[in-house]
Amino acid sequence: MRGALVIVGALAALLLIGIGSWAGWAEAGVLLVGGIFVASMLWYPPPLLRAVSSVLLAVFLFAFLQTVAGPLVGVVLAVGIAGLAWRFLPLRVHRRIGFMVPSMVMLVFVTTILMYKAPGSPFAAEKQTTQQALEAQAKKFKVEKTPLAFFNTYMKGLLLEGTMGLSVKVQGRTVEQLLLPALPVSMSLGLLALVFATFLGLLLGVRAGLKPNSAADYSSMGLAMIGISLPNFVIGAILLIIFSYWLQWLPVAGWGSYGHLILPSITLALPYAAYIARLSRNGTIEVMQQDYIRTARAKGLSEPAVVLKHALKGAVLPVVSFLGPAAAGIFTGSFVVETLFAVPGMGQWFVKSALARDYSVVLGTAIIYFTIITLFNLAVDFAYAWIDPRVREEM
Amino acid sequence: MSDTTTPSAATMVQGNSLWSDAWKRLKKNRFAVAGSIMLILVILLCFVGPLILGLFGLDAETTDPSMANRPPSLLHWFGTDELGRSYLVRVLVGGQMSLLIGFVATITSVVIGVFYGAISGYYGGKLDEVMMRAVDFLYGIPYMFLVILIMLMFPPDSDVGPLPIFFALGIVQWLTTARIVRGQVLTLRGQEFVEAARVLGASDMRIIVRHILPNILSVVIIYSTLTVPAVILLESFLSFLGLGAGLTWGLLVSEGLSVVNPVESYWWRLLFPSIFLALTLFSLNFMGDGLRDALDPKTRKE
Repeated sequence: MRGALVIVGALAALLLIGIGSWAGWAEAGVLLVGGIFVASMLWYPPPLLRAVSSVLLAVFLFAFLQTVAGPLVGVVLAVGIAGLAWRFLPLRVHRRIGFMVPSMVMLVFVTTILMYKAPGSPFAAEKQTTQQALEAQAKKFKVEKTPLAFFNTYMKGLLLEGTMGLSVKVQGRTVEQLLLPALPVSMSLGLLALVFATFLGLLLGVRAGLKPNSAADYSSMGLAMIGISLPNFVIGAILLIIFSYWLQWLPVAGWGSYGHLILPSITLALPYAAYIARLSRNGTIEVMQQDYIRTARAKGLSEPAVVLKHALKGAVLPVVSFLGPAAAGIFTGSFVVETLFAVPGMGQWFVKSALARDYSVVLGTAIIYFTIITLFNLAVDFAYAWIDPRVREEM
Repeated sequence: MSDTTTPSAATMVQGNSLWSDAWKRLKKNRFAVAGSIMLILVILLCFVGPLILGLFGLDAETTDPSMANRPPSLLHWFGTDELGRSYLVRVLVGGQMSLLIGFVATITSVVIGVFYGAISGYYGGKLDEVMMRAVDFLYGIPYMFLVILIMLMFPPDSDVGPLPIFFALGIVQWLTTARIVRGQVLTLRGQEFVEAARVLGASDMRIIVRHILPNILSVVIIYSTLTVPAVILLESFLSFLGLGAGLTWGLLVSEGLSVVNPVESYWWRLLFPSIFLALTLFSLNFMGDGLRDALDPKTRKE
């Protein structure tokens, strides 16, 4: 154990020195403190953990609600919800929250460092290039000189003023004005894709798994292989040509009607549907060899009843634990799909702003993505514990 | 893995029953064999092809405005692009970079992942918890997000060349390897042969390297075979967003997409790179599946 601690400690120190000399010593110091804070929570006694995570939750909720609904509502709701959480939520959820909120702050910080280290600046394309004009611009948009200073200003704005900052590229707009309309677009696209992926994947996978090495198996798995082996933007473009240009059943690109949702979400879903198909095929094959399936058959259940009531649960388990990573992949996979179909969602904003070095918009997308994915993972964990009692004990 | 495994690296080299068994099973898997042959063929084509074509005066960069956007012909088998460059050579040269990215990024991720996972799983306790927490944190960040930010930092035309892309793609892929390795090590470290080695006075490092790693080698091989296509695919996404590693299949496919529409259909520019990309990923995926069936008797289909 001692040897390991020495090795790991030495490597961590090396990493820190690397970061320090590359991005600045103050930045490395903040990262170290943040890391120690998050790690130290493993040693907190339960009451302390409960209190700390509730406070963190209150701060997080306040920052969020204040931006959406104003400071007064923010305080009341944040304190209220955090109080309820403190009183009623089980310890394992507190452990999660205590991890999630500081992680998000760290993520904002790391993102800031990465953006500042990228060559170029938000004002690179401006015509007025005198030093004074640039400084005035930087001051107006609160673009500081070092990542740490920027992070500081950004966090202050978020907590004290309830704003995610001004966009440099879209003049006169705040980040929340840009991103809040894009959020439902990306969410509906992502959720629909997730539903498509799960149903299509389970359908193919269970069908294949019930009769291994049959024609049904090979055709389903062949389809899944195509889904995994071709970039989905190629499949999406082909679908676009077929359904929008030739058959003219669906609108070409953009956003607004239900028709606009179909092709992007199918395109987004395909690789995950393929992966889910493979997982559920293996799950089904394994389950069908279990004793309780033989029992179910022996007591005279019809084959569909055996599959639906008993086998499906086993086939679904590996899929459920894949849903967390899948959601993360789908939400960020939308970077590509939104660009291809010109969907005005969060992914477009991220890619555009990252290329234009519009720092505060990038940070805004980072926070929103991270929140969505963390919440989704939490939900998946609960779903898993609900389906599989063996996990429930551990949690 | 299975109880019949001899937990010593020395016998491993001579080929013990697990590996020769696996080899036999792998040879019976038609898809895996076809995949391996196909992959070797593609690699040979990509790395030897441009040399031979060079003898006929064809290369990836020579432009010829009089030959712009021609469909496949005797001289240019895959047609030409808008600058009159031979698409056959470009597809092959792009393949070199795609394959290199796939393999190098995978090796990077495997080295980091195995090292991290082995230490975390072997020592367990609070160290394990802290280390896995860091992995959880990185898992929470959407990897496309991280990759794009790292790619912005090092544009492909900078003086360090495409190196950062290996780095960026490797750094997001090691997490799963670390988790898998940790899980495996966790189950192995309590077994008798590890106890025995410890009683005999072997150091922790020696136990990990000589006794535990050989036993998780099969899992690592399976997983890395499946990582290569994932990395190649990821690079193609980045190319599509304009953040790719230069001339790769991903770039060619994205360029092809922009010139295939009902108005102007230079279909060869989408078709040929897509075929190469898909074939390679097919072969790698089939190989990965075949290896899993061969090496991991638990998931083997009867």
